[in-house]
This record gives sequence, structure tokens and C-alpha cells, in this order.
Amino acid sequence: MRSLRRSRGAPTPDDLDDGPLEAWAVPTAPAGGLSFEGEAVPVVVLHQAGRTFAGPPPVEALKPTDLVIERGEYVAIVGPSGSGKSTLLHLLGLLDTPTAGSYHLDGIDTVTLSEPERAGVRAARIGFVFQAFHLLAHRSIVENVMLADLYRPGGRDRRRERAVEALVSVGLEHRLDATPATLSGGERQRVAVARALVSEPSLLLADEPTGNLDTATGDQIMALFDDLHGQGLTLAVITHDRSVAARAGRVVGLRDGEVIEDRLVGSGMR
Amino acid sequence: MTAERSRLNLRDLLSETAVALTARPARTVLTALGTILGVGALVTTLGLAKTAGNQIVSRFNELEATEVVVSAQSTGFGDNTRSLNVIPWDAQSRLERLNGVTAAGTVSAVDVGDDLARSVPVVDPQGQTEFQIPVMAASPGLFGAVRASLFTGRYFDQGHEDRADPVAVLGPAAAQRLNVTRVDNLPVIFVGDEAFAVVGILADTARRPDLLGAIIIPNQAARDRFELGGVESVEIDVAVGAAELIGAQAPTALAPNNPDQLRVAVPPSPRRVRSDVEGDVNALFLALGGVSLLVGAIGIANVTLVSVLERTGEIGLRRALGATRRHIALQFLTESVALGALAGVLGTSLGVLAVVAVSATREWSPVLDSWLPFAAPVLGAVIGLVAGTYPAWKASSTEPIAALRGVA
Ligand SMILES: Nc1ncnc2c1ncn2[C@@H]1O[C@H](COP(=O)(O)OP(=O)(O)O)[C@@H](O)[C@H]1O
Ligand SMILES: [Mg+2]
Repeated sequence: MRSLRRSRGAPTPDDLDDGPLEAWAVPTAPAGGLSFEGEAVPVVVLHQAGRTFAGPPPVEALKPTDLVIERGEYVAIVGPSGSGKSTLLHLLGLLDTPTAGSYHLDGIDTVTLSEPERAGVRAARIGFVFQAFHLLAHRSIVENVMLADLYRPGGRDRRRERAVEALVSVGLEHRLDATPATLSGGERQRVAVARALVSEPSLLLADEPTGNLDTATGDQIMALFDDLHGQGLTLAVITHDRSVAARAGRVVGLRDGEVIEDRLVGSGMR
Repeated sequence: MTAERSRLNLRDLLSETAVALTARPARTVLTALGTILGVGALVTTLGLAKTAGNQIVSRFNELEATEVVVSAQSTGFGDNTRSLNVIPWDAQSRLERLNGVTAAGTVSAVDVGDDLARSVPVVDPQGQTEFQIPVMAASPGLFGAVRASLFTGRYFDQGHEDRADPVAVLGPAAAQRLNVTRVDNLPVIFVGDEAFAVVGILADTARRPDLLGAIIIPNQAARDRFELGGVESVEIDVAVGAAELIGAQAPTALAPNNPDQLRVAVPPSPRRVRSDVEGDVNALFLALGGVSLLVGAIGIANVTLVSVLERTGEIGLRRALGATRRHIALQFLTESVALGALAGVLGTSLGVLAVVAVSATREWSPVLDSWLPFAAPVLGAVIGLVAGTYPAWKASSTEPIAALRGVA
């Protein structure tokens, strides 16, 4: 499998000149936001970020929260239904904007961005995997994966080749021209993962990726995530399955819109 | 680190549109059907109006546009009040001197009282041999002026006229009633007690169809035998384009002292005829075409709106993949514009086919404004634009979070 690390991950000599400048661009970021020369900027820095849905009645789906996710971390977000997991994930994925606090992604202050910039950051730095797959029924799976490059600067270069590479990396090289309807649920979710990977994102977000799958197939997807984590990808995965959470290095537990738990587990403890 | 702006390449946008429209071709065509028919109706209407207008003009050029009729103005009320002496007996030669006149001849109904016509000298009591047949007096040029053609024999000429010869040319209907079928033996017919030698039988005339059922005799013979008092009217065949001029000159040539006692009938000018015809046809059918276009636009708007709802999940996905609101709006708008333009092209093809087909059955030559085949697809695209605006706005204002929830 190819490496999913990109230059803005672990700094290379080329990056060093930019390093401090990037860091100074996020002066308000807490813990780890101020980096030393050569140190990586955290992928996610939430500072007192909250989301309240205007009523009536207003719902404070996420209370002001501090959260830092370092590059290469694998975070499981757990909690009962309605606890604010999806709200948090949408904020992280720039599909939604916090109504309070700040959010820096790769050192970029996302709250002040214009809409085309937010969308561009989403295209270039975020990969989504949904419970419902969200594949386009009338397109082959390689075309579905190519869709991820449609709105991305530079997305036209080697578009098909990169889509094929991504499908190879999730083990679907034999089904390139199949339509989603002919695939099993597990295969569909692997197409969705390939689509999320094709832009080489900084952060892969998944909202209950195994929710529509049986246990065995779900395990395959989780094994795929383990693999990606092993290659250095940063992941935040929502699940309400504790055994799934155990595979991650870190578990963030939510209840009533509040982080009630944030601990390292398994591989993250080493 | 700087934020990259989301972008959408034009070629990608167009290929997305092509994929969307071809993914379900039947649905695409059905969506566009109203617009196809509307544009088709418009093109057919405009094409047929143009074709028919052109046809009428060329027919007018041939016949009506080259006919001028001068008749004596009625001077009072009732039947016998015409001033019969205004047009001189030599009207034909006076008119033939005018430039632009190709043929001219006088024609007057002859009052023969109760005299009946027959082709045998003695009345046969067994069957009907006597008929009431109109008698017309003419100068020899009339035959040319009404573009007559002969079935058999010849026309009478200036010699017959000058000598007041009792000769006659029969219209085909008159010849049939009188049972005259050949003229080589110069058969004699009688009108009352007056005998006339038949020199020719007409096959047809392009003007004055009343001549077809008449006995036509020279003016001089009519004056001598039936006391014809004056010339009733003059038929003039003119060169194309000369009608108006001859119409103005003829009264002075015929009656220099009182030209205003003559009534002149000239054909309406061809351009006027054309615009009248096109105006009539267009007003009606353009309204119909407009209504079908409106229905077509509503059809596109309706299906596009439904597809926005159906594709909520896709909209959410595209937003998650980096599309801006503008990109989403642009995508749906491009789809409906392309659909409209496609409908315009198909409708134009249908319309042109219809014009050609109708023209073929009528043996017309199809005429189409050259801008029409290009303007119609543009019209279709505009309809697509108008119809797609609200659905596109609706699609672009779909919140990605809501769009991604639930829908598979
Ligand atoms: N668009 C919205 N408008 C109003 N309330 C919302 C909206 N989205 C989510 N909520 C509310 O916010 C809370 C958290 O929802 P969510 O983040 O979806 O929870 P989870 O994903 O953990 O089940 C719930 O009470 C939910 O009803
Ligand atoms: Mg949820």
C-alpha cells in the first residue's frame, strides 16, 4: 500500500522555512498551537468551540469544548444517541461552523474563512466516510472516487490514475467499472473510504461507518482504518460500539454535548 | 498555512452535466418534451407562415399582380344608370400604346332581351334546343388580356371587328350546351334571329371565368345587331411590377376629359399581401407556441425541482467533497440550460421536418428564415435558464448536514 503521508504531515527540510510562520498564524491556539521550529502543527485545535442550534427552543448540541488532535492520532468519538457526536464531527469537517470559540485545522483559522475557502479546505484536507455510503448510483465506482477531485485545486492531474490507486489500496481493483448497486455493503463502504483517501486528506472523518454493516464486514472496515492509521493518517471515527472504540488510540466520550471522557487506550498508550 | 479556494473546472462542469443528462435518457427526453414540442410548434409556425406567404406572393406575381381592370363608373342608382359612353370603342389600341401593357381588350355584357341561343335553324319541338346563354362583346385583344387558351379553332381578329363580321367564339360550357364540338366546318349558331359563325372554342381562361359560359362576339357585330351602347370594362394584362403605373395612366389614356368617371382595380401590392398573411398566421400560432413553451418551462422546472429533492444526498456529498453553494447552483442550472438547449435543437429539427413535410404535400418550396434554426436552441436554453433558476437556488441552499443525514 502506498504511503498516505504528505509533505505537510511530518515536516521535511522543504517545509522548515514555513514552519514558524505557520505557527505564528495561530497565536490563540492552546496546547501545542505554538510550535517550535520543526514541530508539527496539530491537525485539529478546538478552543472553547460550541454549537448551539437556534430554536425555538435553542439546543446547545455542543457545549464550549477544547480539543486537540495531533497528526497521526486515531480518535474514537463515543457517546449515547443525541450526545453531540455528529455535531462535533460536522464542525471538524467544516460542514458546520461553531457558534462559539475557534477552530484551527492544520493551523488555518477556519472561522474567518470565506465560503469558497472553507469548501476548498474541505476538498483538500478532509475526507468523509458516511454511514449511508453516499455513492452516486449511476456512476461506476472509479467515477465515484474521481468525484472527490472535482472541486479541488489541482484535482485534474492524473485523476483516474489516483482514483484507481485509491481503490487498489482498499482492495477493490477488480471492481473498478462496477456500479454501486452490484456491490455488497462492505464493498460500498470501501469505495467511500477510497473516495475519502484520494485527495490525501489531513483528517479522515467517519460517522458510524459500520452502522449499516454486519459485524464481520464492519470489522473489515475497522481493519482498513487500522491500516490507514498505521500509515500515519489522522482519523476521527464516531462509533457507539465500545469494541470498535478499543481499536483506536484515543477515546473521546460525549454526553449531552459535553466531553466527559478523553483518554488514551490500546496502541495510543504506548 | 493558507487556505485553498474550492474551484470547479468548466470542462468538469460540462462533463458532469453530460453524465447527469445521459444517466437516464428516457427521463431526460420526457422532461424536455414540453419544450421540444413548444419550440417545434414555433419553428413550424414561423416556417409555414414564411413558406405560405412566399407561395402566395409568387402566385400573385403570376396572375393577380399583372391584372388591371378599368370599368365605367356608375353614375347613379339602379341597374341602367351606368354611363356607357365613357370608355371609347378604340380602348384596346389606346391602351396597347402604353408601356407595360402586354395585352388589353374590352368586354361588355350584351343585352339580347329574351332572345335564346340555338345551334339549329329550326326549333325542334321534341327536345330542348334553345338556351339562355349570355352574350359578351369583346375587342380581339381580350383573349390575350384574360390569358385564354383555345380548345379548337381561332379567335376573331381585328379584321372581323372592322368588317362587323357575324362571328363568335364560344366558352367551353356554352359550346357544350349548344352541342358544338368542332369548328372546321364553321358551324352556325343563332341568337334570336341573328346567325353567327363559330370560329373557335375556348379551353380555359385565367381571368374572367364568366367568359367560359358565354358566346363572345366582336364589338362591332354587337353594336350592329344588338345595339350595344358602350364599353363596360377593359381587361388589361400588364408586365410584372407595372400594375400600379398602368392603373394610374389608363383613365387618362381612355378618357382624357373625364378620367375620374372610370374605376380602376389594381392588385394589392405583393409586399402588403405577404405581411398580412404572415401577420394572421403568426399571431395565432405564435400564441399557441408561446403557451406550449410556457408549459415546457414549467415541465423542466417541475422535474428539476423533484430531482433536487431526489438528489439531496448527492448535494450533501458534493458539499462535503468541497463544492460551494455556487457550484451546486451552477451544476443544476447548467443541467437545465443544457436540457433546454437540447430540447431547442430537437424541437427545431422536428419543426423543420414538419415545414418540409407540409411543403412537400402542397408542392410548395419550403422557406425558412436563416436565423431561425440558430435562434430556437438559444430560446430553449433561455427557457432552461428560467426554469432552472428556482430549483438551482433551492439546491444551493440545501444545508449539507441536513442533506447528508438519513438519505442513503
Ligand atoms: N439541525 C439541528 N437543529 C436543531 N437541533 C439539532 C440539529 N442537529 C442536531 N440537533 C440536536 O443536537 C443534539 C445532538 O445531535 P447529534 O450531534 O446528531 O447527536 P449524535 O450524533 O450524538 O446522535 C441532539 O439533541 C439533536 O436533536
Ligand atoms: Mg449522529
